[in-house]
Amino acid sequence: MTTLAQGKRTSRRPGGPSVGRPGFAWAVPATVFFGLFAIVPLVFVAILSFTSWNGLGTPQFNGVDNWVALAKDPVMIQSLGITVVLVVLGIVTQTPLSILLGVWAAGHQKNRAVLSAICFVPLLLSSAAISVLWRALIDPNFGIPGELPWLFGNGNLLGSQAGAIGVLTFVGGWQFIPFHTLIYQGAARAIPPVLYQAAQIDGAGTVRSFFNVTIPQLRNSMITSLVLMLVGGLTAFDTVLILTAGGPGTASTNTAYYMYQKAFLGFDFGTASAIALVLAVVATTISLVVVRATGYDKMRSTQEGL
Amino acid sequence: MKARPNYAAGVGAVIWLAIIAIPLYVMLQATFETQAGYGKTGALGIPNTFTFENYVNAFSVGFGHYFVNTVIVTVSVVAIVVVLVPPLSYAVVRNQNRATSLVFRLFLLGLAIPAQAVIVPIFYLISLAGLYDNLIGVILPTAAFALPICTLILSGSMRDITPELYEAMAVDGASPARAFFRLAIPLSKGGLSTIIVFSALQAWNGFLFPLILTQSDSNRVITLGLFNFQTQYGVNIPGLLAAVVMSMVPVLLVYLFARRSLVQGLMGVGGK
Repeated sequence: MTTLAQGKRTSRRPGGPSVGRPGFAWAVPATVFFGLFAIVPLVFVAILSFTSWNGLGTPQFNGVDNWVALAKDPVMIQSLGITVVLVVLGIVTQTPLSILLGVWAAGHQKNRAVLSAICFVPLLLSSAAISVLWRALIDPNFGIPGELPWLFGNGNLLGSQAGAIGVLTFVGGWQFIPFHTLIYQGAARAIPPVLYQAAQIDGAGTVRSFFNVTIPQLRNSMITSLVLMLVGGLTAFDTVLILTAGGPGTASTNTAYYMYQKAFLGFDFGTASAIALVLAVVATTISLVVVRATGYDKMRSTQEGL
Repeated sequence: MKARPNYAAGVGAVIWLAIIAIPLYVMLQATFETQAGYGKTGALGIPNTFTFENYVNAFSVGFGHYFVNTVIVTVSVVAIVVVLVPPLSYAVVRNQNRATSLVFRLFLLGLAIPAQAVIVPIFYLISLAGLYDNLIGVILPTAAFALPICTLILSGSMRDITPELYEAMAVDGASPARAFFRLAIPLSKGGLSTIIVFSALQAWNGFLFPLILTQSDSNRVITLGLFNFQTQYGVNIPGLLAAVVMSMVPVLLVYLFARRSLVQGLMGVGGK
């Protein structure tokens, strides 16, 4: 823009509110840095997806070969299905629990504060630490399943596809429900008490005011939380790598893990880039939709009109 | 909220508490057992051995060193974020022309770019720059990926400063730089501490960038050390869990002393 070079003062309307406003130059360093490591690679990944490259030498263009191969690759197709299953299971288990816990934790009682303080611990931990912890806890020989055979059968939870997906869903919930609870807690606290008072006067009980006041008021947070679950679930990788390594066989290989496998275990960076591009496009589309839906980009408050 | 206790919800919350707390307790308990003792009593049994050898062992397989590496990465990432984000947020809030609002949208979009999606080109670029297997190569992309959320948080708190204050300063002849250092920064201290805590957490817990961009033991960070420990000595569960606990200690300390900033930072991600 025209103010690009003017770091000092943009006095287009002297005396008006624009006096003393910073120029665009203030935004440049961070933008350049971010562009270099996020936007440029995004463009690059699109280009690499049309090349063949084994990590050494220069990438060679090979047209749409990678894309054609991917479309016929049974593991890729299976991985898309597994990704969808993992994302859906994550949303279905995490959303109701997070809403209930969040609304409950929004109360100001002291015991609730103490309980929530402990319940939030998982969101401080790295997914590497969480995965390593759970891998140890569900170890068939030394872990919890071996001690509770009536609940877990032979104890080898990661030995079957259903078991592996169940473990990934459970650990995902353990890791992320606290985070989504926090989102809902904040939103539930922001609900004006007058709405509950009005509902009470109209004769609504706890359950009715939950469904008719709380839930509608949490709409924006639900959208945000849902999108974070979608994007996060889509790219779930650390837990898959450490807990199941995509196994048994390829039974829990989701798309993000398959990309890693192609690139850094199989050294087929061209195909990996094509998979990465698919992930990026889907994730960005989802987030664009939410940016529109929540009015984030217009810098609006969610409390507007209340 | 109503004063009447809700028993059903209370019971549910206590069950959830057990799901969170029992694994953490089992972990902590196991780290003080000998490997043989843990093998005998199992995960849920009452321990009959007590030892610090697991922590000593974690140090001897390199976790002290990984710890130092992680501290270096974390401090550097925080430094980059603290230098880059405040001017950007200041421009986003105060300079409301098309270019800055475009930049802001770019960063919002950046929120959704998963690191996995760009890891191959980043690997390529970092190798090209000769930074492969170098902590700097981990620091740069980690900091870049912390920028969108931090910008969102800090511009939120700078937006809370009333425009009248800026106008008053401008009338007194203050330059934008002066208003930045004397007004915007002091009045957004809460947001600043939030982004510091948040970016530190991101860097400390980062896994994908170190996994892809480093190789040698001397450049290993703690999360990667855990993964490596598990693949190599997976059967030594008490030793492994001691390493997990070590990786958590600094974060738990931050949680104790800067809980507000941390929780606010995490809520900022959710966009409230």
